[in-house]
Amino acid sequence: MTVSMPKDPANAARQRWMRVLAKAQPGELAEACAALGAMPQVQFVRPPETGLALLRGRVGGRGAPFNFGEATVTRCVVRLVGDETGPMGFGYVMGRDKDRAERAALLDAILQRGNAAAVRQIDKLEAAQTARVAAQAAQAATSKVDFFTLVRE
Amino acid sequence: MYVAVKGGAKAIEASHALLDQARRGDPATPELALAQIASQLTLSVDRVMAEGSLYDRELAALAVKQARGDLVEAIFLLRAYRTTLPRLAESLPVDTDAMRPIRRISAAYKDLPGGQMLGPTFDYTHRLLDFALAAEGKRKTVEPVAAEPQADCPRALDILDREGLIEKVAESDASPPDLTRDPLQFPAERALRLQNLARGDEGFLLALGYSTQRGYSSTHPFAGEIRIGDVDVEIVPEELGFAVCIGEIRVTECEMINQFQGSRDLPAQFTRGYGLVFGEGERKAMAMALVDRSLRAGELGEERTSPAQDEEFVLSHADNVEASGFVQHLKLPHYVDFQSELNLIRRIRADQTREAAE
Repeated sequence: MTVSMPKDPANAARQRWMRVLAKAQPGELAEACAALGAMPQVQFVRPPETGLALLRGRVGGRGAPFNFGEATVTRCVVRLVGDETGPMGFGYVMGRDKDRAERAALLDAILQRGNAAAVRQIDKLEAAQTARVAAQAAQAATSKVDFFTLVRE
Repeated sequence: MYVAVKGGAKAIEASHALLDQARRGDPATPELALAQIASQLTLSVDRVMAEGSLYDRELAALAVKQARGDLVEAIFLLRAYRTTLPRLAESLPVDTDAMRPIRRISAAYKDLPGGQMLGPTFDYTHRLLDFALAAEGKRKTVEPVAAEPQADCPRALDILDREGLIEKVAESDASPPDLTRDPLQFPAERALRLQNLARGDEGFLLALGYSTQRGYSSTHPFAGEIRIGDVDVEIVPEELGFAVCIGEIRVTECEMINQFQGSRDLPAQFTRGYGLVFGEGERKAMAMALVDRSLRAGELGEERTSPAQDEEFVLSHADNVEASGFVQHLKLPHYVDFQSELNLIRRIRADQTREAAE
């Protein structure tokens, strides 16, 4: 078994929104759902379940994989009522919040059906995440140093 | 050997009540909320996650509260909780090249490509008690500066790598051994050792790392690069067959550069020691990297003379849940054992007295 995955252009759009959903804060995800108004009913293919993900690093950062701990993760798989044969929605989010996993699964299902309003919510969530990353980087950058070495005489 | 004893149920119940009361402390002070622990005692929470080997800030905060701030007890609680959950996934290796750093330093290169960033460190504080903190509400803020967005953060050790002056990292995608599933066996490969060290006791590894610096298996280390920041976690769910990001974690990575005189097969060059831990755990990551390097003695043809080079000694004693369990089991009833030893001593004494009299 190998542990690396090539980039996957066919699934790039879905990978993007699943990443955005997983990184959204619980309140933001609830807001995104609320903004979409009436949502389709769902059936659980897999009701929300919390378990562990084994986390891996690489020796020296780029070498052989090793296990360096575990994290809690919650998953959920849904079907949309009235469109049972259509694509299923998957939610995989770190932590133990079952509502978050369920919301992520529901949004994955409607996003696969090309729901334009949902796409706009993803854009909005992603913008908030990009802003958080930029704010953290800017904060950290205030402590950038310019070392200089004193020459001994 | 200890034996089961009956009775004491009422006393145990009372002890639990006393523990609850002691945990709560003075009822006139407000009770600690988990959010306060998670956001203000961050480094306690980080240590509990690292050695509890479970990344979940809320659970670690709960464990710290329940354990009255005893971090080793909190680590035990987290490990126990972990056994109640099924394993749903294995992650792809986290990409620390793509880390979003909040701190990044090198003691080997002052002009690190991408620059050095101190971040929230104790390093340049005066270590004087700050009585202003005793009065609530003091807070310093910094004006953020425009930071140019950075793609991947180049590694300090790449500079040496390009010159061929440091050992190459052996690339591999082999599935690593997992000591939570298979018992530790010797000799242990490096991936297994690193798993053990990542969850090992910080104090134990710190002492061992310190011993290598003081001459017990000297490995002449330099902190090549230390970085703290956030990395994405990706899994490949079976049903989907492609990588999915499930969130991000904060980690500390330490790459030590160590002198190596060379051997029959290898020219003189620098070698590497590696540390990677959950959260902001710089001291632990550094100690881990020192011990990782000293445990490579066999592979590098160095003579094993010191405790930090003895993998059986290090790996068998690094886990504080096991260590604390075995030390503390001495409190369990050993009445029968003790009685037999007591009888033995009395008999020997009696024999000795008789012999002396004869």
